[in-house]
Amino acid sequence: MGAIFRREVSSYFISPIGYIFLAGFYCCTGVIFSQNSLQYGSTKLDRVFADLILVLIVLIPILTMKTISEEKKQKTDQCLLTSPVSLGGIVAGKFFASFLIYTLGVAITFVYAVVVSAYAKPDWNVIVGNIAGLLLLGAAYIAVGIFCSSLTENQIVAAVISFFAMVLLYLLSTVGNLIPIDAVGKVLDKLCFWNRYYDFTLGLFDMSNVLFFVSAAVAFLFLTVRVLEKRRWS
Amino acid sequence: MIEVKNLSKHYGDKKAVDNISFKADDGEILGFLGPNGAGKSTTMNILTGYISATSGKALINGIDILENPIKAKRELGYLPELPPLYMDMTVKEYLNFVYDLKKCKLPRNSHLKDICGLVKIDHVYKRVIKNLSKGYKQRVGLAQALIGNPKVLILDEPTVGLDPKQIIEIRTLIKKLGKNRTVILSSHILSEVQAVCDKIVVINEGKVVADDTEDNLSRRLVNEHLLTARIDGPSDTVEGIIKGIKGVVKVEVGNEREKGVYEYRIEAKEGTDIRRELFNRLAQRNMPILDLRTSELSLEDIFLKLTMGEAIPALTADASDS
Repeated sequence: MGAIFRREVSSYFISPIGYIFLAGFYCCTGVIFSQNSLQYGSTKLDRVFADLILVLIVLIPILTMKTISEEKKQKTDQCLLTSPVSLGGIVAGKFFASFLIYTLGVAITFVYAVVVSAYAKPDWNVIVGNIAGLLLLGAAYIAVGIFCSSLTENQIVAAVISFFAMVLLYLLSTVGNLIPIDAVGKVLDKLCFWNRYYDFTLGLFDMSNVLFFVSAAVAFLFLTVRVLEKRRWS
Repeated sequence: MIEVKNLSKHYGDKKAVDNISFKADDGEILGFLGPNGAGKSTTMNILTGYISATSGKALINGIDILENPIKAKRELGYLPELPPLYMDMTVKEYLNFVYDLKKCKLPRNSHLKDICGLVKIDHVYKRVIKNLSKGYKQRVGLAQALIGNPKVLILDEPTVGLDPKQIIEIRTLIKKLGKNRTVILSSHILSEVQAVCDKIVVINEGKVVADDTEDNLSRRLVNEHLLTARIDGPSDTVEGIIKGIKGVVKVEVGNEREKGVYEYRIEAKEGTDIRRELFNRLAQRNMPILDLRTSELSLEDIFLKLTMGEAIPALTADASDS
């Protein structure tokens, strides 16, 4: 797992993808921060964090699109799958590499908090909770992206599928409202990524939300392992 | 040691590998011979745990690749048909990555240096793989397979894309490696398999057509009774002379290769060698033999010979170069 993690991290910076992701992330968050916080003269960052989910939906597919699709296309998966590493180890290595790059992106929000603190004392508890929520949401979205990448050999297709999957998970409760069956609506409401994440931006640190994102990430990584496993058998 | 027992792999209705069994012992180089699409790569992919078999067993040093994949893979070095190289890495980065991936315990720098020396990639060690020629990429692929000194080496068409000098070097290397390892090597070139391997398994359409241990294949594939000759002289006369030799079954006159020089395909009775007699008779008539060789069997000939018990001679020698 360690070897795969290191290779993935370095590949993000050999290819332009790591730079594109980080530049895009810093740029988008910068615009959102200056519009929602600086221009209003507010030390509250909750609206900044709330808007960031849209940035993730656009940028995380770029981060994860080639993780598995490209291996299959270049046949380098033959090297990984015939080495003494478990499928879980391979997927986990890729996940943590993407997560590290993502964390480098998220780190900028801490800088914004420091900038704000120059004007007035911000509520640090809420900000730390927000950052934790953003990291958890990102972890779940990265797992979704890696899963989508395992479904195809084409990275562009992987990016597009991931994008729609992430939009769907974001809008699940809206979709639920359109379905006239009450029970389905309630279930979708509970599974909606936006509802779960919104609580964090309000300053609510609910353990069930933490568990939700952790289990969503684990579930999609597990599905990825199953896809790789199934490929061997078909 | 590699042992394959009743291995089958089906893709839907298609049987890519159909109930094959063979065995390769330590210190043995086993040649896996078959045309494209015969199931060579599929078998190798199963042996290395890249894909799973539909039924049957594959044992690497006695460890079942399906039941205990991680332990079995530790004993393996695999060079797939297309070397699994990360094009954006340098050779150094890539080999270090594979070293970590295989959780190799040998001293890193000296081990990698030894391997690079063996496959002669020292001078491209710091270059990006993308920019290497096909031959060098193939060698980096081979280097990757050798990391960790695996006891079993599986090489899928290792000399593809190399120039003749490199082919000889790699063959010599494989022979050297095979002294204390089990090596399986696939190829669709008979002469390659004959030059390198101790044992040959011929496979076609997913089935084992011949296994050397049972059939003593290499002896069966030698055929002194089939000759191709170029002889200076009028073709009618020459044909008559050849036909007069005892044991000749059939003579075919081929094209005129040079002025007054024709090519002949001569088939004698199996087990008879007519070369000396042919020389003597033509020498008496002052008709020099410019070229005389035993016909090489093409892969098709081998299959026909193995499955039907006789070879069908190809019309020209060129057609038999596989």
